Amino acid sequence: MSALLFVIVVVATPIQNLVAYSLFFLILLILIRLAKLPYRTVFIRSLVEIPFVLFALLMPFFGTGPKVQFLGLELYEAGIWAGAGIVAKGTIGVITAIILSASTSAREILIGLEKLRVPAPLVSIATFMLRYLNVINDELGRMKIARESRGFEERGLRSWRILAQTVGALFIRSYERGERVYLAMLSRGYIGAMPKLSDEKDSKLAVALVLPGAAALVSITTGVMF
Amino acid sequence: MSSIPSLKIANLAYAYPDGHQALYGVNLEITKGEKVALLGPNGAGKTTLVLHLNGIIATQQGSVSVAGSVVDSKNKESLKHIRERVGIVFQDPDDQLFMPTVAEDVAFGPFNSGLRGAELEKVTNDALSKVGMLEFRDRPPHHLSFGQRRRVAVATVLAMSPEILVLDEPSSNLDPASRRELAEILRSLDVTILMVTHDLPYALELCERSVILSGGVIAVDEKTPDLFKKTELLASHRLELPFGFKL
Repeated sequence: MSALLFVIVVVATPIQNLVAYSLFFLILLILIRLAKLPYRTVFIRSLVEIPFVLFALLMPFFGTGPKVQFLGLELYEAGIWAGAGIVAKGTIGVITAIILSASTSAREILIGLEKLRVPAPLVSIATFMLRYLNVINDELGRMKIARESRGFEERGLRSWRILAQTVGALFIRSYERGERVYLAMLSRGYIGAMPKLSDEKDSKLAVALVLPGAAALVSITTGVMF
Repeated sequence: MSSIPSLKIANLAYAYPDGHQALYGVNLEITKGEKVALLGPNGAGKTTLVLHLNGIIATQQGSVSVAGSVVDSKNKESLKHIRERVGIVFQDPDDQLFMPTVAEDVAFGPFNSGLRGAELEKVTNDALSKVGMLEFRDRPPHHLSFGQRRRVAVATVLAMSPEILVLDEPSSNLDPASRRELAEILRSLDVTILMVTHDLPYALELCERSVILSGGVIAVDEKTPDLFKKTELLASHRLELPFGFKL
């Protein structure tokens, strides 16, 4: 939640407020430090952003309004700001997400969702997905090995029919497993409510508000000052 | 106390929705503390019988009672009670272990019977120590070996301190060491056991009594060592001792 609010605050800040943006990046650097993440890892993972950066780089070339000269190129001023906005906001969003996912296990995220009162069925579905993703993936791997052991080559349009059948078989198997799991749950007295993943009462709301609070403070004060 | 059998099945008959009849009047009585092997060829209806024991399959004809109370799948309250007393360990531990960590999975049953907090913690840890898996309590199930998962699956059921423990093919897919470890665990438990299996040596090792479910009825009910000497009787129910095994 903290991460989400932080990103919302950042997105709401006008890009022209350069001081605020420098401070946002500073906050993120401190967070990476605190989370003891290697900068290299964060950098490599943030490369997913590249397609958006390319798009943003194109923006100054298309647009309307006043133009500026830069290295002999004629660029649209509004385009520059919009492009810079996308890059800056995008990078901050991506890095925030990386910090969240690298410092928090999938399980803790589920606990977080539960504390945020996300409807219990959704949390249960996510929990089961987390548990069975590996099982189903293993099954898919075994099917692949079985196919190839009998001389199947994954090439060309013709193999699509077989691949589609594999997906179908996987679906049926998973469905049947779902039924068996449900029987196992019933056998142990399941009556419709899953146990809570954590029984901690305090939601640490104050702690969660530190990050977006700091960002909001930065955004507002710098907005007033500059 | 011991006068009430842990499990009593009387004239239990069952036909699948498609009309195929699986059980034709099963009679079986298991006294408290007994360890019984339920043998039978593939497709004899063993799993169908097992699912009757805690009311997952509704009784069509005849009756099943656990420690004196009748399994009635229409009565939600009594069913809840029955499911606390009949612990079924399914064949594939991946079906049985559905929670993110081992400890949460073991806690699932007791949680449903209303345990919370420190008490829940204690029951969970006790069950895990009984199968020697306490140190793995916070691990996700998919990081465990198959044998370890099977043991955790046993713990999930032990946590409910059942009257009767029902194991579906407990030795399947286990390597020899895991097989022996599980046998040691099962022998150490002071609980009534009904073990569904094809693994005759395992039945001999753990169960003093064996019954054969064949053709939808309990065809044979004998002391395990005596039964296993009757090669022809076993063969008539598609059962045979493994190569090189003599009694």
